Amino acid sequence: MPPRLMQGSDAVADAAILAGCRFFTGYPMLPFTELLENMAKKLPAAGGVCINAESEIEAINMALGAAATGARAATGSCGQGVSLMQEGIAELALNELPLVVFNMARGQQDYFQSTRGGGWGDYRTITLAPKDIPEAVVHTQQLFYLADRYRTPVILYGDYVIAHTSVGIEVEKLDFGPLEPKESWALDGTMSGTGHARQIWTWARGKPNTPGPGPTQSWENIAEKYAEIERTEQRFETYRAEGADTLVVSFGTTSIFVDRVVDELRDEGVSIGSFRPITLWPFPALGLAEATRGCSRVLVYELNAGQMVDDVRMYAEDRSVIRSIGGVSQDSSGMRQGDLLNADEVRERIRRSLAAPATAKV
Amino acid sequence: MTTVDIHAAPERAARRVAGFKPDLLQSSEHDLCPGCGHPIAWRLVLDALVELELSHRTVLIAGHGCYTQMMRIADLDSLQCLHGRAPAVATGVKRMLPDTAVVTLQGDGDMVSEGLHEVLHAAARGEKVTALLFNNGVFGDTGGHMTATTVLGQRTKTSLEGRDAAEHGYPIDVARLLAQIEGAAYVARGAVNTPGMIARTKRMIRRALELQMAGAGFTFVEVLTMCPTGWFVPTLEGPEYLEDSMMETFGIGELKAPSTTD
Amino acid sequence: MVLDAERCKGCGLCIPACRPNVLAMGAATNTAGFNLPELRPGCTGCMACAEICPDFALEVWKFAEPIVMDAPVVQGEC
Repeated sequence: MPPRLMQGSDAVADAAILAGCRFFTGYPMLPFTELLENMAKKLPAAGGVCINAESEIEAINMALGAAATGARAATGSCGQGVSLMQEGIAELALNELPLVVFNMARGQQDYFQSTRGGGWGDYRTITLAPKDIPEAVVHTQQLFYLADRYRTPVILYGDYVIAHTSVGIEVEKLDFGPLEPKESWALDGTMSGTGHARQIWTWARGKPNTPGPGPTQSWENIAEKYAEIERTEQRFETYRAEGADTLVVSFGTTSIFVDRVVDELRDEGVSIGSFRPITLWPFPALGLAEATRGCSRVLVYELNAGQMVDDVRMYAEDRSVIRSIGGVSQDSSGMRQGDLLNADEVRERIRRSLAAPATAKV
Repeated sequence: MTTVDIHAAPERAARRVAGFKPDLLQSSEHDLCPGCGHPIAWRLVLDALVELELSHRTVLIAGHGCYTQMMRIADLDSLQCLHGRAPAVATGVKRMLPDTAVVTLQGDGDMVSEGLHEVLHAAARGEKVTALLFNNGVFGDTGGHMTATTVLGQRTKTSLEGRDAAEHGYPIDVARLLAQIEGAAYVARGAVNTPGMIARTKRMIRRALELQMAGAGFTFVEVLTMCPTGWFVPTLEGPEYLEDSMMETFGIGELKAPSTTD
Repeated sequence: MVLDAERCKGCGLCIPACRPNVLAMGAATNTAGFNLPELRPGCTGCMACAEICPDFALEVWKFAEPIVMDAPVVQGEC
C-alpha cells in the first residue's frame, strides 16, 4: 500500500491491528479518543472486539480478562486516565499477563507515572516514547511483541502531537521474531475438569493438584525478570552528540523541537547535541553515562517540574553539570501541548543556560 | 440411643447416592469457618456445571473474599481478579471465548460495595456471563465489617450498635437494580439455609447457566449464605438468622426470567 | 450415611436439615476437637445432610434392601 496522509491515531490503530491486536477498549478522553474511534471502526472488520468502556477502571480490567485468554489486547487513555489504571497495570504485571497500554498524553509529560507506576508490588512497565508518527507505528508493533515475550504490561508513551497530527506514511507489518506459545498459561476453559486446571492469581498459590510457588517466590521471580529486562532492553538515540560540550536530554515529540534547535545552534558554532531515551523504562543508563561524559552542561528539557531529571542525575557521572530547563506546560484548555512545546522557547532556555556560568543554576 | 456406625461404608449391599465432594473439586479441604454457607452454594454451582456438561469449557473469575479459597480448590480454569472488577474481567474473557461458560464469583463486599459499577454495566451490555453473588451481608475475610448489603440492625465491627439508616444508610438490593436493566436476561436470589432453599437455588443456578449458553444475555444468581462468625451467632443459629435478617430484607425468588421457555 | 470425621467442623447444620430427624450432636470429637454428629436408625437417604454440609464431610448410601422399622412420628419440615 503506497504512503498516504494519515492521522497518527489512524496509523497507530492500523499498526496495532497488523500486530494482531484483537481486543481493544477505552474510555473517551482526548487526545486518546481518536485511537478508540479508529479501533471501533477497524477492529471488528479484522475479527476483533472493541468496547467503549464505562470507565478507565473497567477498561484496564476488561483488557486484563482478554489478555488472560492469550489474546493480544490493548487499552489506553491520556495520563489522567492512566492514573485510574494503575492498580490494573500492577495486577497485570504480578499475574505476568501481556498488555499494551497507549498513553496519548496531554501537555504534561508524566515520566514518573510511566516509569515508577502507582500500583502495588515490585513491577515495571517497558515504556517506549516515540518522537513522531513513523516511530510510533514501529513501537506499537514492537510493544505487542515485547509484552508477549516478557509477559508484562507495556506502555506506548505517545501524545497529542502523535495522536492528532498527520503525515504521509505507509504502515507495514513488522516481525520481531518467534515467541513462546501461550497454551501453558492462557485460560480457555479446556483444562477445567481434567484435574489440572490452570490458574492465574497474583498470590500464585496454585491448586491442590498443581501447587504454585506462592507469593514470595513468584514476586521474586517477577522482580528478577524486570532486572533482566533492565539489563537488555535499554534504547536511546543521540543527535550530533559526538564531542558535544552541551547535551540536551528530552523524550517523545519534545525531542523534535530540541533537535531543530540543536541544528540551529550548531550552525552558529555551538558545541551542542541531544540525547533521547527511547525506553523511558528501562532508562538507558549506560548510554546516558557515556553521552554525558565530559559535558560541561547537561540540560534536561521535559514538560513537567522535573521528573526524568531524577534519572539523569542518577546515571550521569558528574551531577553538578545537570540543569532542569523544562517546566510545567499545560495551557488552560488542556488540549494543546502548551507554551513550552515551542522551538523558540527551547532555544531561549538553552541560550540562557549557555550564557550562565557552567556551575550556576538556571 | 442406638446409633448407626457412620465411620465406615455400609456392610450390607448399598449404593452411594451422594458423594463426599463434587467432581469439580480437587480437594474438599478448606479453612472456611464451621457453618459457613459459601461452600454449600459452591457445591450447587459445581454440580450444575457437570450436569450441564460444561466441565471442560468453563472459566471462573473470582474476586477477593473468603470464597477465593473455593476458587483455589476448584478444578476450573481460574482467574483471580481485583476487588469488584470480576464482571469487567469476565467481559474481556467472554468476548474472546464466546463458546466458553464464564462464571464470576463475588461476595457482597466485592460486588455491591466495591464493584457496583462493574456489575451494572456488564448487565447493561448484556454480557453473556453468569455472575454469582454469595451474599452474607459482611466483609467476612477482613474480620466482619459492614458492606452495602448489611441489613438494618445488623451488628458488624463498623456498625457495632447495629446498622442504623441515619448513620450508615440503607442496604442495596443489587438484584432488584439488575432486574430493571434490559441486558439482564435472568436475575434470581436464593439461599442455602435449609434443604428446601438449597434445592430451589440449585434450579436457579442451572437456569442461569443454561441461559448463558443459549446466548440470552447477562445472568445473575445471588445466594444468601450464612456467616455465623461475621454475624456473631452460634453456627446452629445461622440458618434462622439468615431467614430473619437477609431473607426478610431482600426476599427470595426469580426477579427476572425469560417469559417463554424453549 | 458415612461421615469423614476429620473433615467435620462440628457446625451441626446437618442436624436440623435431616428430614427424618435421626441426626444428633454426639460427644465424640475428631483430632481438631470438633464434636461429631451421630446417626440413629431411620435414615431415608434423602441427602439433605450431605447437601448442607459446608465441609463435604458426608456421603449418603441407600441399602439395596431397605430396613423396615416402626418410625416415631416426627414434627417439622419434610
